[in-house]
Amino acid sequence: MITLNNITKSFEGLQVLKGISITFEPGKTNLIIGQSGSGKTVLLKCLLGLYQTDGGKMHFNNQAFGDMNDQDRRTLRREMGMVFQGSALFDSMSVLENVMFPMQMLTKKSESEIKLAAEEVIERVNLENANNKLPAELSGGMQKRVAIARAVVMKPKYLFCDEPNSGLDPKTAIVIDNLIREITQENNITTVINSHDMNSVMEIGDTILFLKDGVKAWEGSKEQIFSSDNEAVNDFVYSSNLMKKIKQAHV
Amino acid sequence: MKLLHHIGEYLLMLRLVFVKPTKAKVMQKLIFKDIKDLIIGSLGIVAFLSFFVGGVVAIQTALNIENPLIPKNLVGFATRQSVILEFAPTFMSIILAGKVGSFITSSIGTMRVTEQIDALEVMGINSVNYLVFPKIISLLLLPIVINFSMFLGILGGYVATIYGGFSSGADFIDGIQLDFKPYHIVYAFIKTLVFAMILATIPSYHGYYMKGGALEVGKAATVAFVWTSVVIIVLNYFITQMLLA
Repeated sequence: MITLNNITKSFEGLQVLKGISITFEPGKTNLIIGQSGSGKTVLLKCLLGLYQTDGGKMHFNNQAFGDMNDQDRRTLRREMGMVFQGSALFDSMSVLENVMFPMQMLTKKSESEIKLAAEEVIERVNLENANNKLPAELSGGMQKRVAIARAVVMKPKYLFCDEPNSGLDPKTAIVIDNLIREITQENNITTVINSHDMNSVMEIGDTILFLKDGVKAWEGSKEQIFSSDNEAVNDFVYSSNLMKKIKQAHV
Repeated sequence: MKLLHHIGEYLLMLRLVFVKPTKAKVMQKLIFKDIKDLIIGSLGIVAFLSFFVGGVVAIQTALNIENPLIPKNLVGFATRQSVILEFAPTFMSIILAGKVGSFITSSIGTMRVTEQIDALEVMGINSVNYLVFPKIISLLLLPIVINFSMFLGILGGYVATIYGGFSSGADFIDGIQLDFKPYHIVYAFIKTLVFAMILATIPSYHGYYMKGGALEVGKAATVAFVWTSVVIIVLNYFITQMLLA
């Protein structure tokens, strides 16, 4: 579980996050949505420890991030997995080597144990025939699946995904969404996903945090978001013609 | 002010290179890969340039000797001195700043643009140590390349002298043995080691801290080449003053 309490962050005098408070539950897919520039990526990078917050408190399983020493933070880092927007796979490594990499770097397991664990995860994301391929030889959807495999191979407690569907066709996007949700539920992971894809919201939005100009404008579930009377949420949700037509059909 | 910021950031990066080291087994693989890419991959261009530049130095020297009182062995002597003291260590390092330096900047810069460095950081890996340390270690083999360059430069001078008919082979060999000071080789190796450190770290700095996209990777590689060359030339002046004057 991750609890954020009044998180603030500024860059050169410009306040990007303005007092964000929310709890992300384990075993659920928690979505952060909002327009570009609303502070989603900054919030995710604060959660990952890549940015230091200016104010507020972050708790990981009731342990305050600010009170952790270097060793605690290193341990916490090892409990985190991250799926980057562009997958961020290592170009010079094969699929298998990419997935083995975190275990090679951070554990004392033997090479055969690492290989076995990596192959299991690759099989879980349905890529067993791509072990020896390089990232450049894979489609966007396959690269995302490798990135998910690499992120979960260390059995993390927390999984973060930055726009996991960007650049994917709607069908592949749903496959990726469902894969993330299944892995989250199977391993009781606290998953936080940055997205502005309404399909993802409808598919996997167990908890949704809507950010607008760095402020938490709304919080709820996928069932609640379509009946919300929050003007900012409605502006965002029904911004596309498709969503407008769906709304009109309901009315 | 901006320059001071860059110098400070560069020095902080150097500190990070030596803390929180990567696992030895992984680092060993990275070092061998960098030796292949940076050292072995440079041997071809080094051989080609050294041989022909050595030849040109010999021809230029021979063509400028008009006085019959000047001994013919001067061609070999001048070629040896030019190649050992300056051409091989300094100008070969500058040429490698273009080849190796831009490779380092663009490979690290591409990793920055494609978030691969962020991925390393999120895993709790010291990305500076992981990326820069193996390059420093592999470029410490640069004196071997420079030694190779010295040999081929002098050989190029010998071949050009003989086939150009400027002097006899015996005169040339007599010239390269004339007043030979082994300390000049030591001096060349000392400065090569300093240049190797510069070659590994300045391009790494420009790649690691670059911002932007693919276009900026190219710009960073150019800036890295300019700064690496400038620093090599300036350090060459001070090292020569300290070790030879």
